[in-house]
Amino acid sequence: MTLSREELARVSAGAGRLAVPSRGRLVAGRFLRSGQGRSGAALLALVFLLAFAGPLAGRWSHTDKDFLAFLQPPSALHWFGTLQTGADVYAVTLRGLQRSLVVGLLAAVLSTVLAALVGAFAGYFLGWTERTLMWVTDLLLVLPAFLILAVMSPLFSSGQWPLFVAMLALFLWMVTSKIVRGMTISLREREFVQAARFMGVPPVTIIFRHILPNLSSLLVVDATLNVSAAILTETSLSYFGFGIQPPDVSLGTLIADGTRTATYAPWTFWFAAGLLIVTVLAVNLIGDSLRDALDPERPG
Amino acid sequence: MMAGFLLRRLINYVVLIAVATSLAYLLAAGTLDPRSNYQERNPRPPESVVDARLDDLNLNDKSPLFTRYLTWAAGVVRGDFGETVTGDSVNDDLRRRAGVTLRLMLTGLAVGSVTGVLVGACAAVRQYGVLDRVTTGLSFAVLAIPTVVLANMLVIGATWFNDLVGAKVLLVSGEVTPGLTGGWLARLLDRAQHLVLPTISLSLALAAVYSRYQRNLMLDVLGADFVRTAMAKGLRRRTALVKHALRTAVIPAVTYFAFTFGTLLVGTTFTEKIFGWHGLGEQLIDSIFTNDVNTVAAISCVAAFAVLVAALAADALHAALDPRVRAG
Repeated sequence: MTLSREELARVSAGAGRLAVPSRGRLVAGRFLRSGQGRSGAALLALVFLLAFAGPLAGRWSHTDKDFLAFLQPPSALHWFGTLQTGADVYAVTLRGLQRSLVVGLLAAVLSTVLAALVGAFAGYFLGWTERTLMWVTDLLLVLPAFLILAVMSPLFSSGQWPLFVAMLALFLWMVTSKIVRGMTISLREREFVQAARFMGVPPVTIIFRHILPNLSSLLVVDATLNVSAAILTETSLSYFGFGIQPPDVSLGTLIADGTRTATYAPWTFWFAAGLLIVTVLAVNLIGDSLRDALDPERPG
Repeated sequence: MMAGFLLRRLINYVVLIAVATSLAYLLAAGTLDPRSNYQERNPRPPESVVDARLDDLNLNDKSPLFTRYLTWAAGVVRGDFGETVTGDSVNDDLRRRAGVTLRLMLTGLAVGSVTGVLVGACAAVRQYGVLDRVTTGLSFAVLAIPTVVLANMLVIGATWFNDLVGAKVLLVSGEVTPGLTGGWLARLLDRAQHLVLPTISLSLALAAVYSRYQRNLMLDVLGADFVRTAMAKGLRRRTALVKHALRTAVIPAVTYFAFTFGTLLVGTTFTEKIFGWHGLGEQLIDSIFTNDVNTVAAISCVAAFAVLVAALAADALHAALDPRVRAG
């Protein structure tokens, strides 16, 4: 006996209505109920709003120089004051914030994808695949990331920042991929994976359909915490002149310039430094509450 | 069996260091441009002279990369990392600087880990107490401050503090005051004044990480049966907590040390550069600016070696603290 299409649709719709709240909703509920998660999300939303909508409100662009105001304190004309070059601190800081946010987000997502793929393939196939992949992982762990990225910095000049993002991601994924590998090794012995294997599902499909979805909580948390790690690495590299290159600005280059004038012109340093700290703080708060919300052993 | 396992592991480590260092050398030799150091000189030296000088240093970009690599590798196998762009021995330079870095790093590591473990343990004993809440908030704040910003905040703070007291109490540049006269007491005080801020800059983040980690470990252990038994057999609460709970909870933290070591190296680099300590970290950044290929490769080698030694040290400490590992 077969169900007609309409009946099938009705049954599945009914099942959806009766079902317990989905995992996504459960996690979102837990996340939003924690004060930490709420304040982190609100802070990050504010930072994003400031970075991408803020420049529209200001009257200067980040390339403008006001030759009538060098190193002036904050005023109605220049909300965050001006630099020694006459550039508007509000405009350049928001531009740097934009750059740091984009670089941080992209690098974090990229490195988590890399960690998931390498870890899952190593853990599922074992044997030579595992040995080779884990050896590469160890090698990258042993290479001093900051030094390698700094040496490569001449390649990032003149608008090559996507390459910078890729290189940043290349040095962020190793520890997570080791965790993913361990979890994959135990997952591949579970009944649902074995069932799929005996039904003849190809290994790559098993990895994408059964293994990785089961590791999604770990990967979500990892991606979030990688955002702050990527932003910190990017700003540190840029601080020493190895990251985002002029004429482009990042929070790191601004902080580096600001430290020279910080004692007598505090606005050149503290706005950029403060925004950087707030951004990283917000991302860390979100990551920490996500970890709690995704913990399957937690009741409610 | 055990010896074979150790030997395989050791060989793997040596291969890892060799490949990592070679990669760093090839990358540095391929991207850095030592020739440009001579082009800004006035009067500009003739090209033949520059070529001869670069050939001496094995830095000439006109000879093929692979030939330069072989010359360099042959030296490294004999334990010689070549010469810096100014013609000094890289070995001597790094040996002199290694002591500075080691002093800074060990002080930072000791202060940071001990503070972190103690704070975390105390916070766990009174969970949700005042100390627990304050340290949780503080560690979140500290972890959001990048080392480069923190170090600069400390420098700005020290300038302000010195102005306030009207004396140079906190010193922000170098390891010692050059040409200082006076007895050993004055010299010790001078060193301490230089050491305070870099140590804070290095150990604060470490303490924050360890306190979070140690708090969670301690909470898991506090409810365990063996701690209750220790108290039930008549030990004082303090003795039971320190000898039974803390000792057990410290073991995973020691293993965690291997993971934080890389961060510590980077933190040391920034701290040295900003506080003007002439250590390996400062040289790492300077060597890239001066296109010093051989020094870059040598520092990569030292860093790779240090990371693996840290991993080994974590294993050894783990064995020393956990009787199960020793027996197995």
